[in-house]
Amino acid sequence: MSGYQPIGGKLFTKPFNLFALLALIGICLIAYRFIFGIGAASNLNDGYPWGIWIVMDVVVSTGFGCAGYALALTVYVMNRGEYHPLVRPAILAGLFGYTLAGMSVMVDLGRYWLFYNLLLPWYMQPNSVMFEVAICVLAYTVVVWIEFAPAFLERFGLHNVRRKLSKLLFFFIAIGILLPTMHQSSLGTMAILWGHKLSPLWQTQLLPLLFLMSAILMGSALVPFEGNFASLGFNRPPETHLYSKLSTYVFLLLGSFILIRLADLTLRSAWGYAFEQTTDALMFWIEMALYIVPFVLLFKRDNRSNRQIIFILSVCLLLAGTVYRLNTYLIGYHPGPDWNYFPSIMEILITIGMFSLEIALYLIFVKHLPVLHRAEAEAA
Amino acid sequence: MKRRDFLKAATVGVGSIGYTGSSQALMREPLKMPPQAVGMLYDSTLCIGCKACMVACKQANEMPPEFAGTEQRLYDTPLDTSGSTLNVIKLYKDGTREIKDRAQDGYAFMKTHCLHCVDPSCVSACPVSAMTKDPLTGIVNHHADRCIGCRYCVAGCPFSIPKYEYHDAFGQIQKCQFCSHLQAQGKIPACCDVCPTGASLFGRMEDIQQEAKRRLQAKPGDTYSFARGMLGGDQPPHEAKIPVYQQSVYGEKELGGAQVIYLSAVPYDKLGLPTNVPDYAYAAITEGIQHTLYQWFALPFVLFTGLLAAVHKSTKEEREKDVSSTAYEEDAS
Ligand code: SF4
Ligand code: SF4
Ligand code: SF4
Repeated sequence: MSGYQPIGGKLFTKPFNLFALLALIGICLIAYRFIFGIGAASNLNDGYPWGIWIVMDVVVSTGFGCAGYALALTVYVMNRGEYHPLVRPAILAGLFGYTLAGMSVMVDLGRYWLFYNLLLPWYMQPNSVMFEVAICVLAYTVVVWIEFAPAFLERFGLHNVRRKLSKLLFFFIAIGILLPTMHQSSLGTMAILWGHKLSPLWQTQLLPLLFLMSAILMGSALVPFEGNFASLGFNRPPETHLYSKLSTYVFLLLGSFILIRLADLTLRSAWGYAFEQTTDALMFWIEMALYIVPFVLLFKRDNRSNRQIIFILSVCLLLAGTVYRLNTYLIGYHPGPDWNYFPSIMEILITIGMFSLEIALYLIFVKHLPVLHRAEAEAA
Repeated sequence: MKRRDFLKAATVGVGSIGYTGSSQALMREPLKMPPQAVGMLYDSTLCIGCKACMVACKQANEMPPEFAGTEQRLYDTPLDTSGSTLNVIKLYKDGTREIKDRAQDGYAFMKTHCLHCVDPSCVSACPVSAMTKDPLTGIVNHHADRCIGCRYCVAGCPFSIPKYEYHDAFGQIQKCQFCSHLQAQGKIPACCDVCPTGASLFGRMEDIQQEAKRRLQAKPGDTYSFARGMLGGDQPPHEAKIPVYQQSVYGEKELGGAQVIYLSAVPYDKLGLPTNVPDYAYAAITEGIQHTLYQWFALPFVLFTGLLAAVHKSTKEEREKDVSSTAYEEDAS
């Protein structure tokens, strides 16, 4: 029994058209990048080899994409079946987060036509953190599609295949939890290689742990965030009661994250950098505030069942994760005094295009595939 | 998994509790100097800023001129290493710039290119083995036919040496490869070959290290005969006075050591070399973490087995219901 169903309705609504247009602009500019090169389309330079294409479209976007991972952890590992209605939309978020991250990597790779070298055993370099991340992200992208496949199979009435798959699905769900655990932490390890080029506000050997935790936090926050828009946009009752239970886990995890972060800064005596008059320090405090505000809000139990507050919370947490990752990969990264980076218009439009494509596809998928849960659909 | 490894793994596993602040906790063994290492000594006090080495480098590697430093496009004026430049002479200057090799109101030269690190971050960074370190000579080479252009080596190199050709839709990574194509023909790197004062000096790593020590031990003001081209080679030496050196050889220990080492009279950070750095390569830490977490794939395997069991159990009901019932089809129709 699936319990999910497509919500139907007109596809070409105003928001959809807007996102589709932005996505189209992005795609045209991507074509421009492939014809004229990375230098022509972006402000990437010898000092800053990675810009928003990597940081926003991959490092941040896969953080959002951990919605499926975070929920799978709750539903299947902690065996909290009551969250089941949230699973499929969360997996859909993972599907887009990761697939589009993969596409962005292809846009950013300087020698994309040799991409398959990653898969040739005689070139593989297992000591490379990048290798581990690339392979895991690739594998996970395939796994999310398999996890999401039942939605297609139901939609197109391929029930035999669906039944066979559902016997094996537990295997893919388990891999789908293992892989993000590996590569989300490795995204943190990746920055350790930068050593002194990364400000002590972020450079720590705990980066893998912090990145893993930040991924689960971002993923968990995306669920009520997406749910809120689904309920507003499609006139559906919100699943507030489920979010409020989920928020207890978030509260504990968030508390540990903040605690580890503060303890680590203290043990490394890095606080001095937080009180300098620098962009680093400013961004550090913004990041801190974005983590601490939701924590304080969650302290009061009443707040956990307040729909508005849950929405504010989820926005804060998504921004917090975004800023934390942006800080680690870009703001706190100092290649030397002679280098500056601010994304070009084209770079920004490509990134916006990628995220818009994600939203436009989301709209298509929930309208035509069984993604949202029936209980709410009926009540609507 | 050996007991020691297991304990190490357990430390990471509970990293949230046991603080692993001391850098050595997760470090892998630092790499050692290869047996037949070749090296270069750049003595900033000997450099006269003639840039002959930059011209020779461009010729030897068939690289185009670059017009970064001036409006007029008259001659090669790179500001840093780039997709078109593997070697740059940079200038440190302070105040009135009166005296060479003095930190205050003085100036000094600096030669920037790959240091051929003993434990190179770029090699560790590269996912497709496009950066390699020769096990005998220690030369760090780049193989464009393997490179996917991810530019992790660019971000990962502590000296910011490898550069990508951004201007080209089909660009590649460029970096000094110690003129390995010339060395293969029994020649020496072009920059050392043309250096008029011996500021860039090529040689066996051991000899180069001893030579650097000798210079530090010589008395300032004494006349010294500085080898040119290759240490022990046939170019006539260059006679000059021993300056007041900084009493350390840069690259001896820094970041795990390098095969291009530096001598200077002004502090090394003035030359743009990172000085507040550990004696090990950052790659020893990242690889240490990866090896601890992924050795024999043991931890992931244990985790996976656990996950498999947990998920199998928690999806049991769902699975059985789904397989046995036709409820969905009825509902859907
Ligand atoms: S200086 Fe940079 S490019 Fe050269 S070997 Fe060291 S890490 Fe690699
Ligand atoms: S840019 Fe090329 S050489 Fe550098 S790490 Fe990536 S694949 Fe390796
Ligand atoms: S060794 Fe060769 S490639 Fe490297 S700086 Fe000297 S001339 Fe250029």
